[in-house]
Amino acid sequence: MQNINEIWVYLSANPLLHLTLTLLAFQLGNFIYLKGNKNPLLNPVMIAVIIIVTILVTTKTTYQTYFEGAQFVHFLLGPATVALAIPLYRQFEKVRQSAIAILVSVLTGSLTAILSAIAIGSLLNGSELTIISLSPKSATAPVAMGLAEQLGGLPSLTAVMVMLTGILGAMIGPFILNLLGIKDWAARGLAIGTASHGIGTARALQVNQVAAAFSGLAMGLNALATAILLPVIWHLLF
Amino acid sequence: MLNYLTLILCCHLAGDLIAKTLEISTPGPIIGMVLLFLFLVINGSIPKDLEKTTDAILNHLSLLFVPAGVGVMLHFKLMKTDWLPISAALITSTILTITVTALMMTWLTKQPAKPGNEPDNRTEKREGD
Repeated sequence: MQNINEIWVYLSANPLLHLTLTLLAFQLGNFIYLKGNKNPLLNPVMIAVIIIVTILVTTKTTYQTYFEGAQFVHFLLGPATVALAIPLYRQFEKVRQSAIAILVSVLTGSLTAILSAIAIGSLLNGSELTIISLSPKSATAPVAMGLAEQLGGLPSLTAVMVMLTGILGAMIGPFILNLLGIKDWAARGLAIGTASHGIGTARALQVNQVAAAFSGLAMGLNALATAILLPVIWHLLF
Repeated sequence: MLNYLTLILCCHLAGDLIAKTLEISTPGPIIGMVLLFLFLVINGSIPKDLEKTTDAILNHLSLLFVPAGVGVMLHFKLMKTDWLPISAALITSTILTITVTALMMTWLTKQPAKPGNEPDNRTEKREGD
């Protein structure tokens, strides 16, 4: 018994354990996702998060300890965002042809995201902290967290809202777009990227190149739009 | 491959520095994406090795969100007290945002096709697919 304890103490202090756990949980999530014919409801990020949170809670491991290992994966988000320039360049012609339509659509979408989140949060008596943290949820995490801090919200709670929004959009987005009868990959990608940033884009990358390019573009544009619109809206309303 | 990985990191770093010095809230990686895009425009095409490097990263983009996603566990308590406004706002707002953006884009890109030159647009679209 003592020996197992010692091994556990050694392992849990080592970043390798939680790095490996992250990869294993994601591999399992991806396996389930692929077995289910890439059904969006079997989102691999969601499955991996559920597995890891369950393990961390049962072993009483803190998020800080987990993150010491997982940060190596987390770090790659930055370079990966830079790399989205490639799918975007591949669709450069298509983007240029409908530049104004893209700008107007993302701006409208951005306004919808901010206003509807604030309205519903307030109507259902959410605390001010919750509403501030909800309002930038469709923007990519670093922008959303910066905005929440600026407005007096909780950056770490905002990060949670951003992640949930991303997973939710990737899960239900395809069904909504099918219901609306939207077949154009550019419009589908743009909608997913505006509503659910990088997690939506990650899903789009596995489905269609055009959708991925437009989704990545929408993510970038919505980050800008939210950063400009949200502080103005917030000061007008409160 | 290594030189293009270096290029990506340089764009990232330059983006971070631009965001810091100009004190703008746009994240460094997004500015880095614009810089890499400008590089491609100037270069005129995508170098094969750059494509290999970025495809390797982007094929597993979902994985990179897992550590941040696990952060959900930090706020279980607050989310329990405000679960109704949070879940209602997240679900409704996500559905609305996707619907509005997609309909707006479809509507705006369909408009010019109506007056006269419909056949042209149709052949163009088929070639594009």
